Amino acid sequence: MSNALLTAERPDFAAIAAWIPKGASVLDLGCGDGSLLRYLKETRAVRGYGVEISDLDIVSCIANGVNVIQNDLEAGLSDFEDNAFDFVILSQTLQATRHTEPLIQEMLRVGREGIVSFPNFGYWKSRLNVVLGNMPVSSELPYQWYDTPNVHLCTLNDFESFCRKYCVSVTARSVMTGGREVGLLPNLLGSTAVYRFQRGI
Amino acid sequence: MANSVGIVTAQCALFDTPLTFRSGAVLPRYELMYETYGTLNAEKSNAILICHALSGYHHVAGYYADEPKNIGWWDNMVGPGKPINTDNFFVIGLNNLGGCHGSTGPSSINPETGSPYGAGFPMVTVEDWVESQARLADRFGIQQFAAVIGGSLGGMQALQWSLAYPERVRHVLAIACAPRLTAQNIAFNDVARNAILTDPDFHGGDYYQHGVVPTRGLRLARMLGHITYLSDDAMADKFGRALRSEKFNYGYDVEFQIESYLRYQGDKFAAYFDANTYLLMTKALDYFDPSHDFGGDLNRGFARARADFLVISFTTDWRFSPQRSREIVRPLLHNRRNVSYAEITSTHGHDSFLMEHPHYFDVMRAYLAKVSQEVSA
Repeated sequence: MSNALLTAERPDFAAIAAWIPKGASVLDLGCGDGSLLRYLKETRAVRGYGVEISDLDIVSCIANGVNVIQNDLEAGLSDFEDNAFDFVILSQTLQATRHTEPLIQEMLRVGREGIVSFPNFGYWKSRLNVVLGNMPVSSELPYQWYDTPNVHLCTLNDFESFCRKYCVSVTARSVMTGGREVGLLPNLLGSTAVYRFQRGI
Repeated sequence: MANSVGIVTAQCALFDTPLTFRSGAVLPRYELMYETYGTLNAEKSNAILICHALSGYHHVAGYYADEPKNIGWWDNMVGPGKPINTDNFFVIGLNNLGGCHGSTGPSSINPETGSPYGAGFPMVTVEDWVESQARLADRFGIQQFAAVIGGSLGGMQALQWSLAYPERVRHVLAIACAPRLTAQNIAFNDVARNAILTDPDFHGGDYYQHGVVPTRGLRLARMLGHITYLSDDAMADKFGRALRSEKFNYGYDVEFQIESYLRYQGDKFAAYFDANTYLLMTKALDYFDPSHDFGGDLNRGFARARADFLVISFTTDWRFSPQRSREIVRPLLHNRRNVSYAEITSTHGHDSFLMEHPHYFDVMRAYLAKVSQEVSA
């Protein structure tokens, strides 16, 4: 897939890339087929590794020419040393992690900065779905309630209060819908959130 | 035969520049048996070296004109259209020094004495093997291997290539391997060696002159080894508690199918393998430790490496468990090497690395396709 097509399909990629300086070192947790890492390699010349558990994705990562370590994120990141990376990214994976809080802490042990992107459950269409009596199904949340891997869905407000509670300091935020930046009422009008954060003081 | 490299011929290379072993011993001249598959390109950039494990040798793929059933030990992996694709790569397999398949080893005649080296053959290490392999590469004019690939003890040689000759290997594929053996693993090797060393027919390693072979010891060593190469589950599936006859015989003859299988494997192996070679190979396994000169610190041990790495382990391999493979991955991450790691879900234990497994083969195929693009660009 060309980079233009890729960023159209995954608008959070461009937002993430915008924060990453050229030549940075990056760890991408739950890296899937390695598209983001490949994109960051091509556009930001990063030195990167992915962590992924799925067999199929391991093969795709290798075919995409990105480094991938097969591992279960929930088991922690013990293969990685403290401060080994400039950035640790969790792209569209946060909502599917079981041990979310320890994982965020692990991200900030292994990396100097963290970046997460996730579907905003506070997006008005999701709220409307629930008000009308159904779990939301959309391009950001493409699963039915019975087959979803998403166990920890949250809103922008939820994530920000989580960060306050666990001493995680948010340094930047990008909220978007359909690839367009949302400025007004982001927790209501944004479908995808991307946060940049570091250890709080 | 589909996707076979077809009829192959073993070659012999003679080296008369003395080789000084890590132990200090010197071998004035020696021969290495090897086979090649595929075509070396004009730039000599598409060569792959395959390093064998304990009992492997130079016959990696294809078959011999006069022995059509003698198929190479990694024929499922190496051939046209196979993961190690001989349409793209020039593949070299060799029999290591100290081996018993034609390369100079304990059963070869020592020209100085006119009788077999026997116990006099130098203790050979992984480092010494890589040194001799580099001389073989020189014969072909290969400055840099596209990849050096090996499983188990062969993986250790692939790792050693990246440390001894960082500029001469682009990619290292270490499969079902470990950076160094654990105490438990050395212990298994020592029991196997003791079986051979205490066989009355061993004669201190010079059994050739006595016209005997320490078959009992070698057989026991192989039986023990074989148990550790299989997983508990694989053994349970294949044999369970099945008996050869319907009822218990209350004696020490073969009763359970597993006993029959192990004895068969032991006999088969002892009939062709040289006991001294077995001893040497297991010691080479025990000695290998890239951190030995660095106070046990693998991070420093791997600091010289410049290659990219693919590390593969198998879930039910307990002789070289996934944990041991991660001990290879960690120092590579520390040293900022390009490395990918795949943990293959397989039921076949350590032997998995020799077996056809769709995901394992997909990983190998995908990785080597990238290597091929890289070296032909």
